[in-house]
Amino acid sequence: MDLFEHQGKELLADYGLPVPPGAVALSVDEAVEAARRLCPPVAVKAQVHTGGRGKAGGVKLAADLDEVRTHAKAILGLDISGHTVGRLLIEKASDIAEEYYASFTLDRSARRHLGMLSAQGGVEIEAVAEADPDAIARIWIDPVEGLAEPACRAWVEAAALPAEIAPAAAEVLSQLYRAYADADADLIEVNPLIRTADGRIAVLDAKVTLDANSAYRHPGYAAYDDTQPRDERERAARARGLQYVGLDGSVGVIANGAGLAMSTVDVVNQVGGRPANFLDIGGGANASVMAAALEVINNDPAVRSILVNIFGGITRGEEVANGILEALQRVTIEAPIVIRLDGTNAAEGRTLLEPRLDHRLMMEPTMLDAARRAVELADGASPPVPAESATPPESAAPASQPESAMPPEPAMPPESAAPAPSEPGGPW
Amino acid sequence: MSIFVDSDTRVVYQGLTGSQGRYYGLLNRDYGTQVVAGTNPRKAGADVDGVPIFATVAEAVEAAGATASCIFVPAPGVRDAVLEAAAGGVGLIIAITEGVPAHDEAYVYNRLRRDHPDVRLIGPNCPGAISPGQCNIGITAGHIALPGGPVGIVSRSGTLTYQALYELKQQGIGVTTCVGIGGDPVPGTSFVDCLEAFENDPETEAVMMIGEIGGSAEEEAAEFIERSMTKPVVAYVAGVTAPPGKKMGHAGAIVSGGRGTAAAKIEALERAGARVGSNPTEAGRLMAETVA
Repeated sequence: MDLFEHQGKELLADYGLPVPPGAVALSVDEAVEAARRLCPPVAVKAQVHTGGRGKAGGVKLAADLDEVRTHAKAILGLDISGHTVGRLLIEKASDIAEEYYASFTLDRSARRHLGMLSAQGGVEIEAVAEADPDAIARIWIDPVEGLAEPACRAWVEAAALPAEIAPAAAEVLSQLYRAYADADADLIEVNPLIRTADGRIAVLDAKVTLDANSAYRHPGYAAYDDTQPRDERERAARARGLQYVGLDGSVGVIANGAGLAMSTVDVVNQVGGRPANFLDIGGGANASVMAAALEVINNDPAVRSILVNIFGGITRGEEVANGILEALQRVTIEAPIVIRLDGTNAAEGRTLLEPRLDHRLMMEPTMLDAARRAVELADGASPPVPAESATPPESAAPASQPESAMPPEPAMPPESAAPAPSEPGGPW
Repeated sequence: MSIFVDSDTRVVYQGLTGSQGRYYGLLNRDYGTQVVAGTNPRKAGADVDGVPIFATVAEAVEAAGATASCIFVPAPGVRDAVLEAAAGGVGLIIAITEGVPAHDEAYVYNRLRRDHPDVRLIGPNCPGAISPGQCNIGITAGHIALPGGPVGIVSRSGTLTYQALYELKQQGIGVTTCVGIGGDPVPGTSFVDCLEAFENDPETEAVMMIGEIGGSAEEEAAEFIERSMTKPVVAYVAGVTAPPGKKMGHAGAIVSGGRGTAAAKIEALERAGARVGSNPTEAGRLMAETVA
């Protein structure tokens, strides 16, 4: 969960970190009012969940209120890498003498927290890492031990920060680690961490990413969740408790489990289609979850066919089938649905679905077959509803599948196209 | 043969009195797993369908001879549950629970390494481990696995673990042990741990590895395969066409050093000599060729 700069700074301020005074503004008038209270000069800063806002004109210094008005007008509504600016941080301007870089994140390989510190801040740290890797001092922190004071001092020394501010920097970095650990952050990055002309250390920018899994012990995180940028489809899915990521294709994808959902998206691409989304309904797909998933997909006007790929582990096939049938009664689905149902009691599930199968609801024995059929339907159905009588999906036999769309090696040898639904007492 | 779990494994379920723990614990027992105890400090002395409940793991070890623990307690309690199990004397802990904060995982990993170096944690957020025909701990549907080997499976993804078992069953290939290590940032057991165990297991002839995008666990596995594996590895990596995921800021980009994409993982695995299927079915077919 990414925080806006102002949210990150408020969080850091709560842990005692030195943050310049500032206020959030959602309109030009609010920006001017905030600047009046702060007394210019102030910085007018776009609040977006993306980098590169300085280059995009999203950060301006204003010497007086007229300039605040001009800059606020220009920045609000600005598009920065696809993010529209809807809020500003109006911040008391700082008198910068030097810029440093500091961050904490989890190093998954090392299974420890990693602190990075550099005297070369204010620029892209990737560039520093590339040009002069030694300019970044790294410290690996055992979460059991925490960041001990002597280690922190040695780290500051290794980063070659000016000796006169080293003690103050060590103090700030200790606070920063405390914030990182206490707040369950995935990342806290301060770039730049500055030394002001009068010798103080301050947090001039803050990128904070929090671990959503820890929200249960941080009641305040709900407020951050509300300000996450999500497209309409993602909001609708989230409101129904579904894991959804919007994509830009025409095949709606529903699967159980993140891995299988991701794999389904891959396979749709491999057979020449383009997925409209990634949607994981999780374990225990019951009727209401399936209905909600179909509803979310149904509301996406780009969807031309829907691929339901369920592998019942403990989830039983007949429950999944009942869920789909119940969902179809509750929701009118525009696009044809192709189902692949495997795993526990899949045969029972298929038996339930079979009487209902038609050109709107199809079943295929494997993930690959189902993906091919769904892609075929999406390609064949330009305007969704009327076109289907012109090109009945039944006539589009799997043999007409364009070979070129397949990976170089035939991924699906005929002999593995089992289990046939009719197989007596099949493997399930 | 098998790794980590077998017919001698005696399991205590932390959270057996909860709905999930009860459901899967009893399913595991039906499969043949030795389900010897459950724990709940407020329900000590009771039983769940004949399985005795103790107040602590230590008591379950003492009184019921538990050698492994399976954790179904809710996410906020997982950190303490793992530490209790380790201190209580089991050698293997399988944490099924999802949604555990990453900082808790990092803490637990380092605490175990420091205070209980001989205890193995699998998970959290994983389907568990199954040695078909012997022992099934967790939420894998046992019947999708053929017993007898010669293939070992290690997977980072839940449902793709089932898919892998299914693909092998379609090919008529048995499994020694299937370990779901979970896809969280700091899993207790890594790909490398499992590859090493399979390499040392005389019954395992080849390993199927299911990875996914993010982190660098697959790249580390590739390094191990190249350096230390004599047995063939067939892999599948999900997420080839996933859009760039949550970017962990600039710091994250540096930590991963350009690793983490499916393409990078596949390339690393192929360079290490593993065969990589472009989808689970193809991976199953490659495995059939490999062990034919």
